[in-house]
Amino acid sequence: MTVTLFVPCFVDLLFPQVAISAVRLFERLGHRVVVPEGPACCGQPAFNTGYWGNECRDLPLQVMQTLREAEAIVVLSGSCSAMMKVFYQELFTKTEHAALTREFAPKVWEFSSFLVNKLGVTDVGARFPHKVTFHDGCHGLRELHNKRPPRELLAKVQGLELVEMGAAEICCGFGGTFSVKFPAISTAMAEVKCASALDTQAEYVVSCDSSCLMQIQGLADRQRKPIKTLHLAEVLAQT
Amino acid sequence: MSAPAAQFKADAKRMAADLRHRATIQTAMGKYEVVRDQRKRWFQDWEGARTLAARTKYEAVNGLDAHLTRFTQQLEARGTKVHWASTSAQACVIILDILKAKNAKVVVKSKSMTSEEIHLNGALERAGVEVVESDLGEFIVQLRGEPPYHLVFPAMHLTRDEIKDVFEKKLHDAPSNDPEELTMVARRQLRKKYIQADVGITGANYAIAETGMISITENEGNARLTAALPKTMITLLGIEKVLPRYEDLALFLPMLAVMGTGQALTCYNTMYGGPRQADEADGPEEFHVVLLDNRRTLVLADVEQRDALGCIRCGACLNVCPVYRNVGGHTYGTVYGGPIGSVITPHLRDLQDWKHLSYASSLCGACTETCPVGIDIHHHLLRNRRNASAPKTGKPSWTQRQLFKIYGAIAARPRLWKLTTKLGRFAQVFHGPVKGGVLDPMRAWTKTRDLPPLARQSFREWWKEQGAHE
Repeated sequence: MTVTLFVPCFVDLLFPQVAISAVRLFERLGHRVVVPEGPACCGQPAFNTGYWGNECRDLPLQVMQTLREAEAIVVLSGSCSAMMKVFYQELFTKTEHAALTREFAPKVWEFSSFLVNKLGVTDVGARFPHKVTFHDGCHGLRELHNKRPPRELLAKVQGLELVEMGAAEICCGFGGTFSVKFPAISTAMAEVKCASALDTQAEYVVSCDSSCLMQIQGLADRQRKPIKTLHLAEVLAQT
Repeated sequence: MSAPAAQFKADAKRMAADLRHRATIQTAMGKYEVVRDQRKRWFQDWEGARTLAARTKYEAVNGLDAHLTRFTQQLEARGTKVHWASTSAQACVIILDILKAKNAKVVVKSKSMTSEEIHLNGALERAGVEVVESDLGEFIVQLRGEPPYHLVFPAMHLTRDEIKDVFEKKLHDAPSNDPEELTMVARRQLRKKYIQADVGITGANYAIAETGMISITENEGNARLTAALPKTMITLLGIEKVLPRYEDLALFLPMLAVMGTGQALTCYNTMYGGPRQADEADGPEEFHVVLLDNRRTLVLADVEQRDALGCIRCGACLNVCPVYRNVGGHTYGTVYGGPIGSVITPHLRDLQDWKHLSYASSLCGACTETCPVGIDIHHHLLRNRRNASAPKTGKPSWTQRQLFKIYGAIAARPRLWKLTTKLGRFAQVFHGPVKGGVLDPMRAWTKTRDLPPLARQSFREWWKEQGAHE
């Protein structure tokens, strides 16, 4: 299968190794990866700030136009997947592009869900002999209902021990611009998250969202807490 | 920034740093979650129950005019006096007029968030009427001169020592910090007031259209005493409290108990259908029902957010909200706190003044996931943001709009994106020395968190380099 990879802006700039890992993984599984030249962002920042006019719509429109011919679009973020799969439809409701959003949505796959639900793979042949805990990104969990796919994938990783944290489903406090508009609340939320992750004594916090991990790692590093974070793709690429 | 926004920001900053407060709330909510989940499992099909509840509430709200007519006609047929109030001020005047006619000096109240909404206690006190809250939690926060902290648990933020202190100061009666002994103190005080009171004021959990009855749910029996002992009873409720059928309570009473407090049923569930009838042994001689709009009809007119009128004030969304759990109930500065309060306050008051509450959310959706009546809470926060920023319905910020335009233009064009990536790497060199300080433009992040550097090679640059792939 040809996998069209959509690499979100912050993954491109801050966490390229996440996308590189995904490319290597798909190629290892025998798929062809393409990354069409096009927009670098799904347009979520403007949308979530409430700017739904043309200042927001241009990016999503170009994303859809660039990728509409793709067989399957794999997005390396639960949050951006939700934007493209769910919120594009809300953004363009009752406009001339409504049909395009409906046609586009089923092609969009969050990374872990694509592996499990589309490709039907749970054992990707990865080996990662460490104790990890998994953080559910809110958009992946509650907009896309991706509770199980990442866990099914982790369960098949050789040597990996998954220890669930109490606050697995509690938001890390990132929330896009929320993290800088209300830094005190955002930081308190990250503290709750980190404390719960530390309780598990896991070596790594794994997630499908690099943005959440940036928040968790950012706080852990500042407060010198022994937490290391990895995107699921980075774990699955290990052999 | 509006005054409420400035207050919220300052209080949120202070409360989020208050580790003792955070621990108190996290512990209480942790216990709540355990019992809530136990009781939820008693439902054969919880998700089915939620769907039915949402549908029933939607039916109620969509046919509000007909249901309210049916409800009030039956109440009136049994001798109840029904009043309609468009605004908070009108509701206060209606209640004050009743008190005046009864020459009332002392009023007991059972728990009612709607009375908080219209600031009834202040209005009564200004008119020289003594008003006593009879719900234990409300009694405590009234002594402290505070608004309720939570829709269901008004005094949950207080330790037993703090309660002992306020009893000592205000009642001069606090034998110890033992909850049972403190409750007995409150009970002695309240029993006197029930007997003295000329009028009892209650809220309502549901209004049953089919039978013309008010349903009140409580754990302490205080609402029953408030309703039964004074000669005059007044019930204040929002027009959205209506349920079409009596049998709907079979779902809504346990649902409210489970989500509100983690109980299978609250201890006392009472129906009030009018003043004492000729063949009845007890009940008030006069019964007044005050129905309040106070901009609820504006929510009704909003097709997208109409479901917010289905709220049964169970507080479940507050309990799971990570923002609420870190900043606490008083920080919101609203009558209705937490996620549902952030949704409806801009409607009930003013969008521009209260839009900040819709932004003070990571949109995590825990509220929507738990809401027993299926209100689309976190998406409504997003819709409030849109309404606040759209040229037609709100006041867009010129600067933010330009920034999003510029960002959109760059992100849409691969060559510009590449150039900006390079510029960013160059600018980053100068970030080091100012990082986290007052000169740091990213201070909002870097003050408390580290920021990863821009990668030496972005993914797109790497991909280009791997030309073989293409």
